[in-house]
Amino acid sequence: MTTALLRADHISRKLPGDVPVTLIEDVSIDVHPGEFLAITGPSGSGKSSLLYLLGLLDRPTTGHVWLNSTETTDCAEDRLADLRLTHLGFVFQSHFLLPEFTAAENVMLPMQRLGKLSQSEIGTRAVQLLSDLGLHDQVHKLPRQLSGGQSQRVAIARALANDPHIILADEPTGNLDTKSSGIVQDILRSLSHQQGRAVVAVTHDPAFAQKADRLVTIVDGKIA
Amino acid sequence: MNPLVISIAVKHLLARKRQSVVSLFGIVLGVAFFLTISSLMLGSENDFIRRLVDNTPHINISDEYRNPKQQPAEIAFPSAALDVRSVKPETETRGIRGFVQILDYLHTIDGLKASPVLAGQALVSFAGKDVGISLNGVVPEELNTVSTLHNYMTVGSIEDLIANPDGIIIGTELARVMSLRVGENLNVAATTGQIHTFKIIGLFHTGRASYDEEQTFVTLKRVQALLDRPNRVNTIIIKLNDAYQARDVAAQIEAHVGYKSVSWQEASEDIMSTLMIRNIIMYSVVSAVLVVAAFGIYNIISTVVMEKQRDIAILKSMGFHARDIEWIFVTQGCVLGIAGCAVGLPLGMAMMRAFMGLSFRVPGSSDPISIPMDWSWYQFVIASAFAFAAATLAALLPARKAAHVQPVDILRGGT
Repeated sequence: MTTALLRADHISRKLPGDVPVTLIEDVSIDVHPGEFLAITGPSGSGKSSLLYLLGLLDRPTTGHVWLNSTETTDCAEDRLADLRLTHLGFVFQSHFLLPEFTAAENVMLPMQRLGKLSQSEIGTRAVQLLSDLGLHDQVHKLPRQLSGGQSQRVAIARALANDPHIILADEPTGNLDTKSSGIVQDILRSLSHQQGRAVVAVTHDPAFAQKADRLVTIVDGKIA
Repeated sequence: MNPLVISIAVKHLLARKRQSVVSLFGIVLGVAFFLTISSLMLGSENDFIRRLVDNTPHINISDEYRNPKQQPAEIAFPSAALDVRSVKPETETRGIRGFVQILDYLHTIDGLKASPVLAGQALVSFAGKDVGISLNGVVPEELNTVSTLHNYMTVGSIEDLIANPDGIIIGTELARVMSLRVGENLNVAATTGQIHTFKIIGLFHTGRASYDEEQTFVTLKRVQALLDRPNRVNTIIIKLNDAYQARDVAAQIEAHVGYKSVSWQEASEDIMSTLMIRNIIMYSVVSAVLVVAAFGIYNIISTVVMEKQRDIAILKSMGFHARDIEWIFVTQGCVLGIAGCAVGLPLGMAMMRAFMGLSFRVPGSSDPISIPMDWSWYQFVIASAFAFAAATLAALLPARKAAHVQPVDILRGGT
């Protein structure tokens, strides 16, 4: 067994308040390179909350999250942001593309923030990523000029911009028609199986979940 | 600054052209009005001081003492508990004693020109009309060096008094009121009861109606005789090459001659204080325009921050730091501030030029006056700096709010 790229160790997440709400309770999970992991469960069960904890967007109330053997629980916000920038790519149910930027410019944003490539290299890579996802003729279009499926593929290209080891997808096909949904599912599957990336996808689509290598079901914040 | 941050900031502003232009307009007007009104104020202040310096003596030595004379007992016993009261000064002829020696001393000071004057009140009668005037006895040969009266002569010259010891120079207003012409005689009655007939040999017109009606100029000897004060003058007027040295030179003269020496700055202290208060009010009012404009910027950037919560969340999830997010919105304020200055400064200059072309009559002046405008580099710096700072600070609060957005709070409800 390979070393886990991402490890959650007995993590819980409670929202404070007069009546504390438990989102996640004592969940442990390992994600390995090249693995396609699906997280399923009923609405409100805590699937997305678990994904946000794994994606370092939220901090567990108790427990620990390791990314590439780095314990992240006590990291400062800027350090977590740097880890997200270099190791993680996010795809959400809604594409969340910046509306003022073209498809290529959206894909260029994470690379520009990282600042490792020259501007021309960034542009070339953005066009290449979009072409790989069948969007070579949509490069200069604004998000409002793209269909839902095309926008979601731009979002995937953006998630891949800094060549992350792990892709975290939150209901990536939730807003898509059947055909577009199938395309996105195939892309995510190929990212893990052909490119060796770890893909963690939250879904309540059974057909999508069946394509995963491993299935984790969350009920009431716990692994069922 | 990170070009990516600038790029995102500019895209945000361009995406809301109308709101951006409206808030930009506020800054532009603020900068333009700041420049115009401050130039107007500075111009009027400088013009006022210029007139004051040109048209009044820089230093006026009068036949008074600033403090009562020290009594012999006070000089003899400086540490004693003395209380000298009800001192009755010796009766003497009013005027500056030993003015010739004082003038000799004054002429030893570099860059100084001085001339004695004996001024007194008198009454002129003509065709049944009586008008009170101020009779100034002057030395015609010296007056040009200490006064700008020669610039305002419309008929004749001051030097004509040399050839006509019984001549008098009057203002055009007095001539108009009393229907007088050059060459006519004028009966002048002094407060001593003496009456002398002068011949009008010149007219002056300063544009200040009261001055043109009240002031008259004759030779010093005639006034000394008319007022029964031989060999006395009651004023020595002084002009300096550097008018702004007047305060120091006046103090030096007073310390030497004993008589009260008043510089133009001291004589105009109340006016100078008024000018300063006026400047404070002006800068407060004009700054308020920029503060209001800053509220416009605060409003638009707050709106952008509210509308861009989802974008902020996605940028942070992507790996942008809170500081990057803050800079994106602060940059928007900076861009509006810079653009506001870039448009506002030329607009302000155009408005200043337009004001300079205006002229109109004001009460108390018989001539049309143009609006005095004056400017210097520091006004442009103040206007730009204030506009830039106001725009940036206005953006800072919403920017901080944006920086503290927790992506997970937005993403949870963001589908």
